[in-house]
Amino acid sequence: MSDVPVTEAQNRRELLLSTSPHLHSRWTTKQIMWFVVLALLPCVISAVLYFGLYQLLVIATAVLFAVGTEAVIQYLMKKPIAVSDGSAVITGLLLGLIVPPNFSLAFTALGSIFAISVGKMLFGGLGYNIFNPALVGRAFLQAAFPVAITTWTMPQFAVDSISKATPLAALKFDGVSTAMGPLFFGNVGGSLGETSAIAVLLGGVFLLVTGIANWRIPAAMVVGVIVFGGALWLIDSNYPNPIFHLFAGSFLFGAVFMATDYVSSPITGLGMWIYGLGISLILVLIRVFGGLPEGVMYSILFMNAFVPLINRYTRPRIFGEVKS
Amino acid sequence: MKKQVTLFTEFTKGLWDQNPVFKQVLGMCPTLAVTVSAMNGIAMALATTFVLTFSSLIISLIRKLIPTQVRIASYIVIIATFVTIVDLVMRAQFPELSKELGPYIPLIVVNCLILGRQEAFASKNTPIRAVLDALGMGAGFLIALASLGAIREILGSRTLLGVQILPDAFEPWLVMILPAGAFLTLGLMMGFLNFMVLRKKTREEQELLSRHLQEPKMSLAKGQEA
Repeated sequence: MSDVPVTEAQNRRELLLSTSPHLHSRWTTKQIMWFVVLALLPCVISAVLYFGLYQLLVIATAVLFAVGTEAVIQYLMKKPIAVSDGSAVITGLLLGLIVPPNFSLAFTALGSIFAISVGKMLFGGLGYNIFNPALVGRAFLQAAFPVAITTWTMPQFAVDSISKATPLAALKFDGVSTAMGPLFFGNVGGSLGETSAIAVLLGGVFLLVTGIANWRIPAAMVVGVIVFGGALWLIDSNYPNPIFHLFAGSFLFGAVFMATDYVSSPITGLGMWIYGLGISLILVLIRVFGGLPEGVMYSILFMNAFVPLINRYTRPRIFGEVKS
Repeated sequence: MKKQVTLFTEFTKGLWDQNPVFKQVLGMCPTLAVTVSAMNGIAMALATTFVLTFSSLIISLIRKLIPTQVRIASYIVIIATFVTIVDLVMRAQFPELSKELGPYIPLIVVNCLILGRQEAFASKNTPIRAVLDALGMGAGFLIALASLGAIREILGSRTLLGVQILPDAFEPWLVMILPAGAFLTLGLMMGFLNFMVLRKKTREEQELLSRHLQEPKMSLAKGQEA
């Protein structure tokens, strides 16, 4: 009840009273969200380029149902319809980019509905969700339709050295390694947005330069994967080498777009390092020893659950506070 | 002083107002574990109701003989007797169902719903009330488990009570017959039901308020009452 007049005051640009800290950002939430959408565009382009125009339909379905679900729920709960803030668009886009090529539109829609309703709105909407909504949707799809979500269609102009498997699965189950070139440009099997390292990096650089994504989380994840993956590789060179870890699968996509989600990542600098290193440790363990070829989704979701704890323990001391 | 409760209410309170699953959140282990299909849920609820009713009756009859210090142990012995009966009967008469429910039938003995009713109700009330309370709680448990099982069975395997009701085109959601599906369905059902209750309550309050504003004199007494 009490926040209603504040919102109205904001809209009318009146004098606004609030508690400290009175920090100002260059951008509003809305602007940040649309910048992220912009940063995701290279991935959308690479998805269409490699897997065909149908993928545009998949991504559009994901976005449409994410935005629609949010609007419907906000209407039903008699809350202001806030889909124009773009957060639902991002969730939809992200979900659309982490499903396999030629994924069923019905499943995509279901994933979006689940992501927004259970992953986001049930927790209280934007800013309150513990887990990254897009990953919640993807995890639901993985549990509900395990076969469909691991059916990989190869890129249109794939040089057929590895057929019907992602680079990680090919290495894990068949012992076939993938060359760096295709991994970098994206001419390999995988989820829509994750295959092209260069497209992800393009978006990532944009987010880091504008300061929208904090550099610490991706940095911690890269350092973590090099250290943990490298240690295992040094012990036994049959394990994937750290560079392969970095470029194969959805590591980069997860590091740039998923782990840096404001709501579900820590707010302190030290916390971000702990969070990023934790993700990469679990990721390397799943990839090397786990039953699944890829573990970015589960490792991020797992560390999401620790974020409140991390925030609590890395809380900076108040100036002049005496350690008790 | 305790308010006099009618015998009828002793039975009906378990259906909804104090529904063991949705309101008291008791007996979660069988609720989550066996509701893969509607049939399993119904069988589990009936077995639990049987045990609950008879142990409530016995415990209520001998409630003045049981020393307070050893009451829990006494309850467990009585409950375990009836659980053994259910287990043996099910194994003999419904071997397939018994196999499907597996260890969850013997585990009824530690179902907190049963022990909870003995501790909270049967040990303090007359046998008639205890039996009615047990039957009501059992019926509430049945409603909850059957609906939960039905939802999970329809979405997870396209069938209801073994009969296919959704077309082949519908891809079954595997997650619904996994443990995660149980938590999801139960959580969403509870949330929805509580939301409906809350909405009804808010509406009633608003009605009272609007009446209060319209006729200040008459509703003043009503407001004090509430």
